[in-house]
Amino acid sequence: MAVPDKKPVIATDEFIKGLWRDNPVFVQVLGMCPVLAVTNTAMNAIAMGLATSFVMLMSNTLVSTLRNFIPKQVRIATYILIIATFVTIVDYAIEAISLELHKSLGAFISLIVVNCLILGRAEAFASKHTVRIAIVDALGMGIGFTLALLCLGGVREIFGEGALFGVALFPDGFEPWIVMILPSGGFFTLAGWLLLINYMHQRKERNLAAAEEVTK
Amino acid sequence: MSVAAATPTWPMYRTLVGVGMFCGLLIAITFQGTRPVIERNRAEALQRAVFAVLPSASRSETFLVTPDGDFVPNSDAPGERVYAGFDDSGQLVGVAIETAGMGYADTITILYGYAPQQEAIVGIRVLTSKETPGLGDKIETDPAFLENFVALDVSLDASGKALRNPIRTVKQGQKTDAWQIDGITGATISSVAIGDMLAASSARWVPAINAQLDKLKTGDDSGGS
Repeated sequence: MAVPDKKPVIATDEFIKGLWRDNPVFVQVLGMCPVLAVTNTAMNAIAMGLATSFVMLMSNTLVSTLRNFIPKQVRIATYILIIATFVTIVDYAIEAISLELHKSLGAFISLIVVNCLILGRAEAFASKHTVRIAIVDALGMGIGFTLALLCLGGVREIFGEGALFGVALFPDGFEPWIVMILPSGGFFTLAGWLLLINYMHQRKERNLAAAEEVTK
Repeated sequence: MSVAAATPTWPMYRTLVGVGMFCGLLIAITFQGTRPVIERNRAEALQRAVFAVLPSASRSETFLVTPDGDFVPNSDAPGERVYAGFDDSGQLVGVAIETAGMGYADTITILYGYAPQQEAIVGIRVLTSKETPGLGDKIETDPAFLENFVALDVSLDASGKALRNPIRTVKQGQKTDAWQIDGITGATISSVAIGDMLAASSARWVPAINAQLDKLKTGDDSGGS
């Protein structure tokens, strides 16, 4: 009787874990190359996040569909083949949508292939679960990744250019912190966010432990 | 025997060849679907850049430059290209030329407009640059620097084979002559790089264009785009 109710609960859980508990950037610390390199503006961050999410969604779907046909020995080669295909598709699509965007993301579009987050999800999750759950997992991880990139890109654009999505936020006298849009700014911002997120995770654990003490 | 059983060959072939063919098909479809859009975007971007460096142009035409210095309109052959700009009455207003040179961080590519009547460079546009944000990238944004390229003198000497005065970048605020570029303090290397690029490119192209000016003026009579 509990079976019809159970499925949506699992699905929601698989979705939420990508957003917060197992966030690819802030908790798993995966795919650092695009996280640091193309988050100099909020727009670049969103574009990179969506491109990665699309590749992850498609590769998770296909890997999960084919999971019973792929022999164990050639699974990694097959996954990479699938991932590389969708990365190429995304590359063409972005170039068709906007040359400017394609130029500012540069080589990092092609480098989505080596984002270990995507291969990680294919190997650790999609190859072991049904298509439905694999799609939910990819959506959760993809949105989690995009939001994390946006967190970095937003902060870096606000301080580095005094703007957000190209809209100026400060009066003319504001001197932008150039360091924030340079590579080193990416490390500073990532460190700041990791500090904050880890503090929040630890505080939650402490609160849980304290609550258990009380109930004993 | 047991080894063969542990590594079944046929399923591996089947998987890799099958997935490979499927992926190849997907890529081919996407490529075919996006190529016309991408080419149109590229052509439009180039057109915008040509009109930006030749402010009074309303129509442009591509010329292929053969190794012996001949200008051939609308050719598909590989080789260097320049873009002639015409105004509403069909008069040649200038030629847009692409050139590249080493900046501070990486190669800078620019497009500049040369107007034969004014004997001057009348506009530049940076196409690609990885110069330091906030410092070197002022070559794209600094209004005082871009002011240099409203009428930068590149007049020919009496022989018609060389520039009377080669282009030079000077320190900020020390520009005295029409062929000098006022540099940017804090972006010395980048602004000097632009000057050197323009000097090298104009020394080659200005005499070449003037030698073939009649050919460029007539353009393609069948009407290009």
